[in-house]
Amino acid sequence: MKKLATMAIAGAMAASPALADLVFPDLSYRTGPYAAGGIPFSDGYQDYMTLLNQRDGGIGGVMTRVVECETAYNTERGVECYESTKGEGALVYQPLSTGITYQLIPRATADGIPLHTMGYGRTSAANGDVFSHVFNYPANYWDAASVIINQLLEENDGSLEGQTITLLYHNSAYGREPIRTLETLAEMHGFELSQLAVDHPGQEQGNQWLTIRRERPDYVVMWGWGVMNQVAIQEAANIRFPMENFIGNWWAGAEHDVEPAGDAAIGYRALNMNVLGDLPVFDDIQEHVIDAGMAAGDGTNLGSVLYTRGMYAAFLAAEAARTAQEVHGVAEITPAMMRDGMEALVIDNALMEARGMPGIGPEFAVSCEDHGGTGMARMQQWDGTTWVTLTDFIAPDDSVTQPLVMEDSAQFAAENNISSQCSES
Amino acid sequence: MPDQLIFAMEVTVNGLLNGVMYALVALGFVLIFKASGIFNYAQGVMALFAAMTLVGIQDGRVPFGHLINEIFGTDIHYFGWEVPAILAILLTVVVMIAFAWFVQRFIFRYLVGQEPIILFMATIGLAYFLEGVSDLMWGSEIRNLDVGLPQGINDAIDRATFDIFGYGFFIDNLDIAAAIIAAILVAGLIAYSQYTKNGRAMRAVADDHQAALSVGISLNYVWILVWSLAGIVALVAGIMWGAKSGVQFSLSLIALKALPVLMLGGFTSIPGAIVGGLIIGVGEALFEFSIGPLIGGATENWFAYVLALVFLVFRPQGLFGEKIIERV
Repeated sequence: MKKLATMAIAGAMAASPALADLVFPDLSYRTGPYAAGGIPFSDGYQDYMTLLNQRDGGIGGVMTRVVECETAYNTERGVECYESTKGEGALVYQPLSTGITYQLIPRATADGIPLHTMGYGRTSAANGDVFSHVFNYPANYWDAASVIINQLLEENDGSLEGQTITLLYHNSAYGREPIRTLETLAEMHGFELSQLAVDHPGQEQGNQWLTIRRERPDYVVMWGWGVMNQVAIQEAANIRFPMENFIGNWWAGAEHDVEPAGDAAIGYRALNMNVLGDLPVFDDIQEHVIDAGMAAGDGTNLGSVLYTRGMYAAFLAAEAARTAQEVHGVAEITPAMMRDGMEALVIDNALMEARGMPGIGPEFAVSCEDHGGTGMARMQQWDGTTWVTLTDFIAPDDSVTQPLVMEDSAQFAAENNISSQCSES
Repeated sequence: MPDQLIFAMEVTVNGLLNGVMYALVALGFVLIFKASGIFNYAQGVMALFAAMTLVGIQDGRVPFGHLINEIFGTDIHYFGWEVPAILAILLTVVVMIAFAWFVQRFIFRYLVGQEPIILFMATIGLAYFLEGVSDLMWGSEIRNLDVGLPQGINDAIDRATFDIFGYGFFIDNLDIAAAIIAAILVAGLIAYSQYTKNGRAMRAVADDHQAALSVGISLNYVWILVWSLAGIVALVAGIMWGAKSGVQFSLSLIALKALPVLMLGGFTSIPGAIVGGLIIGVGEALFEFSIGPLIGGATENWFAYVLALVFLVFRPQGLFGEKIIERV
């Protein structure tokens, strides 16, 4: 009798489906030349997901599961990671590489799995009418370029006429992204734009900085990543370029970018798409994740620029999953539902405050047509020991970026025979 | 004097000094190849490992700290002391000698007499192994390197050239330091190989393994010696490059800059490594200065190889390499 009862219970358990995990792959890079940036981002992403499990019992009662796969920032390995993890029920991919993103856009779209490329990837993916499965909220590269120019306009009484700006960029798909926007802005505002490419990985920039020293531009804008950032800041200090006129994008503004140059880096400025500081959520992560011995890393990155950004990315993914659960009325969501959740995502101050990260990013709402968010970013400055936020969120010039997004995405749509996604839905 | 000519002179001087940095990396390759015929693919990773070890010792970091903490549930990262730069360098040299012994004892001792391609493959494996050990031992984060090397523009040269040309040249103090250190290193290596018993043994092995063995020279000992010297050269290269960018994984990629230098200078010549480095340094700098802007820039990486290939067409053994004649 007892045996029969046990068998009956076991049968019942097998028959009723257990709640599956919500799977969030993390295409990380903890090795290779870009590991210094990849590690804190991944730690932040994973620790937030662990926090949701430990503190809240998951999202909507379903536990999250992060599947980590090492890409070493290598595009081929990134694609391999995607192929090897998508079968686990992956809800959304965060490739943290523009090169990998470009390769995944057609694959993920065909597989019906959304991509979230926060502040990187293909900029024109902001047009959801063409890129149904790619989301790059809250901001993209072209927004970043426009925000920098808007800030410089603000500092120069609204005119950059006759000024010279040099773009120092990583010679890759990532580094070349802002060129078109900056060229348009140069034409519009009358400044002269020169471009200097730096080859991967960026260890050698002597010639580029000799050129900068000769040409003496008013500003240098940097689109760098990895060792390129540290070398550029050191070289700028070496030629005594005024640091406050040297401005990096949001991938060139972490602590490890400036620390090797020591005090010489003081004054260097960079964008940030999220707020820095002592957020209440960090206390929860410390208590429920790090002190519990469940952190992805050793816990020392907590609160750093890229840790915070990774955590912000996880927060946006989690809120999209929560939205998907609400939209479809189920706790266990599919990648298709996740996509719907991302498209219906609304981030407002009340929500950010409720999650222990007040004002971490701008308020924005995603729609079928707009997968890009507001594009706002803040300017921060290195004071020798920490990043100091200089401005509130600055808006990009949509009248410049939007036509470029529409033009580029229309070209992609024509090349790939994509019809309007939003009018169909 | 036309501005462009003055700028070209500045670019040339900087190219020469960059070339010294390349030569520093190439020297390690030459030492091992000359003595054992092994093309050491791991030389770049050795530079990374040596620099990581130096910074780790300086900071009093616990080696394999993450691993220890993971296994034993502890939370130790530092010993709590800081080691002066000079002592840290000496301790790192000891580590590199131990590494040389390890390589010889556990890898190449078993590969004596194997084809060069087998030995080359073994160094590829060694490179990945060492990369992993370095990560495990010291972590993957960027470390700041401070051994007291000067950095930044040399004001004296800036002023002097301004007085002459009306334009002050930029010369980095670190590059000047690198040139001086490289000169001392090369002089030391040459003196060591010429005037010491061990040096003569190294030269004998480089000339003819069998003949060296027949007069009682221990191949095992000489190879440990050579790998130790290559380790020390890797440490010097790691320090000079690490001072520019912080010590991080990218240091291992500097080996890629040594390849065209070796192709040009020859794999068996210490002067060849220096001259090759200087030619590559100047060549790529002038090309980037004159042609780079016309074709989008960032030409340094590929042009170095083009230059080396052009030289190879006319002199396959490199400028200073030994001409190999095989009779059929």
